[in-house]
Amino acid sequence: MTVEAAFFEDLEITPDATTPRKGKRRFLFMRNAKALTGLVILGFFFLIAIIGPWIAPYDPNARSSAILQSPSWQHLMGTTHQGQDVMSQLILGTRSVLVVGFVAGTVATVIGVIVGVTAGYIGGFGDESLSALSNVFLVIPQLPLIIIIAGQLPSAGGLTVALVIAATGWAWGARVLRAQTLSLRKRDFVEAARANGESTWRIISAEILPNLTAIIAAGFVGTVGFAVLSQITLSFVGITPTNEWNWGTVLYWAQAQLALQRGAWWWFVPAGLLIALLGMALTLINFGIDEFVNPRLRSVGLNARSMRKRRIRPRIGFTPVVYEAKEDRA
Amino acid sequence: MSNSAVTTQRAFRANAAATDPVLEIKNLSVDYGYDDDPTHVLRQVSLTLNRGEVLGLAGESGCGKSTLAYAATRLLPPPGLITGGEVIFTDRSGQQTDILTLNDQQLRATRWQDLAIVFQGAMNSLNPVYRIGRQIADGISAHLPGVTKKEALERAAGMLELVGISADRLRDYPHQLSGGMRQRVMIAMALALDPQVLIMDEPTTALDVVMQRQIVEQIAELRERLGFSVIFITHDVSLLIEIADRIAIMYAGEIVEDASAQDMYRRPRHPYSDALLHSFPPLRGPRRELIGIPGSPPDMSNLPTGCPYRDRCAFAFDACAAITPELVAPAVEGDDPRRSVACLRHDPEAVAAAGFEPQPVPVELSVR
Repeated sequence: MTVEAAFFEDLEITPDATTPRKGKRRFLFMRNAKALTGLVILGFFFLIAIIGPWIAPYDPNARSSAILQSPSWQHLMGTTHQGQDVMSQLILGTRSVLVVGFVAGTVATVIGVIVGVTAGYIGGFGDESLSALSNVFLVIPQLPLIIIIAGQLPSAGGLTVALVIAATGWAWGARVLRAQTLSLRKRDFVEAARANGESTWRIISAEILPNLTAIIAAGFVGTVGFAVLSQITLSFVGITPTNEWNWGTVLYWAQAQLALQRGAWWWFVPAGLLIALLGMALTLINFGIDEFVNPRLRSVGLNARSMRKRRIRPRIGFTPVVYEAKEDRA
Repeated sequence: MSNSAVTTQRAFRANAAATDPVLEIKNLSVDYGYDDDPTHVLRQVSLTLNRGEVLGLAGESGCGKSTLAYAATRLLPPPGLITGGEVIFTDRSGQQTDILTLNDQQLRATRWQDLAIVFQGAMNSLNPVYRIGRQIADGISAHLPGVTKKEALERAAGMLELVGISADRLRDYPHQLSGGMRQRVMIAMALALDPQVLIMDEPTTALDVVMQRQIVEQIAELRERLGFSVIFITHDVSLLIEIADRIAIMYAGEIVEDASAQDMYRRPRHPYSDALLHSFPPLRGPRRELIGIPGSPPDMSNLPTGCPYRDRCAFAFDACAAITPELVAPAVEGDDPRRSVACLRHDPEAVAAAGFEPQPVPVELSVR
């Protein structure tokens, strides 16, 4: 027996050098091309929002004699009817757009998660009343409500607008989360946790919430987009103070001063492009989250480029065939 | 022929068909994962299914049985990827097609018509809101556009009768049938278009033994009548010995032994087959102590060199760590020349060629 034991020790498998590389695994999300593009664009906007006051070439309110100039080296994006620099207005307006977007997105998501998951998990009367509440908020026409609330408040500045948008925009997320929680609640692993005596708080936070990550993240990104658009709309229709700069204010002045009729395209096109670019960045991040959080899609999302090169299209029921294996057997 | 004495009626039938392959899997390789470090689950596996034969595929969980069957039919879900090989299907007129080169449309036409599958846990595959007759008829009319709805339903009724369910259950919903009946509905569905190959992936795992027996007998009888070939996947080796003509044992993504059912049962040549056969109690014969297989299967993403079974093998020797065994005819006098085994004890040439001392075949693996 001892001979045999010694013999088997010789056969011990030595793990070779190809154990998973730690450093490479840490930034998996960043390796997703879509997510990376979205994050880079968003990062650019954040940078502008932070350093805007220092890099803006002019005071956005300062009037000058260069009235309604088309883009030139002095004014890269032209000037307004009062000779204000459009680019400075856009740069200084970025901060307000992002602050409102992310504050509103965060607050709305938090409300949505609390209401939705609670309603889905507790069931019964609590579920009925919370569902009724979110249904009410779902059917209220949002923009008129925001306009009315914002109009009633003494100052409709950035944070106020953000909170008003959050207060009206959480219901959709709550609805989706409630439905998903209802289905998760009956799964065996949740029932097992309950049978084990885990506290309700722990079941919700450790068993249910991780399964909702994708929906919460997607809902957050969607709400940020909605908040940005709402704020710009509010500014565009003139609800918020017109001397607080954001992209919507620029559009408000452009519209009020007949920029389109005067052919002053530089006044509204850059603002529109920035809004589209921000929306695109948020959508790309959303795609990235989706591919990353779903473990089945993760491999696909991470290797999208090499898969295109190898002509692999992953589908259920039609396994792709590539001839790459080394033929060393008869 | 010195093995004529051991040729049972069943083995004889298998031998008679041996020259007529219907499905040939050649050097099939499968990876899981699309990144630069995929897991090689199948490494150039070759297997031949002959016409009218029941081929059993056995092995531990995770050894690649289902992967092999699904890869051969291109049903592997993502992130599965076929990286090489051929799957040659020969239809009744002798025309050959490589399933791996078919486009989507051809593949769709081939499925069900030529190759049909009964899935693992098939009884949950029925849609609860449609009557079973309609679900069978759906497939018939999808593949045979000329058939009217009425004809398709009549055919569905015929199929139900075939699997021992009376035709008036055609208008039942799935929840009105028992588990075994639902399983038989799935078998009826698979056979509805008279396929030439039927792949059954653990069709009886969720059923009790009585139901298992009924279904296995049903398949055997239908095979006699309709003449299709079956690949029967299970980890229940005793069941396989009952139903299969030929058995292939898989281990760590490779076929380690391929022999007729009786040969496999009475005269296993690979140490793993031998151990597998000793891990369940025989119904007849003297009482003996059950021996499990020590250890657990190797990690497929980090396979050792040489024979993947050597860490658990009682007959491993120094060459096993260096040489990967290939399927060869066993080195036992008088064995059926068609059977093959992947063990270095049976392959002294390969051992000698690599500069090791060949070891004799142990007594346990050379039972006559």
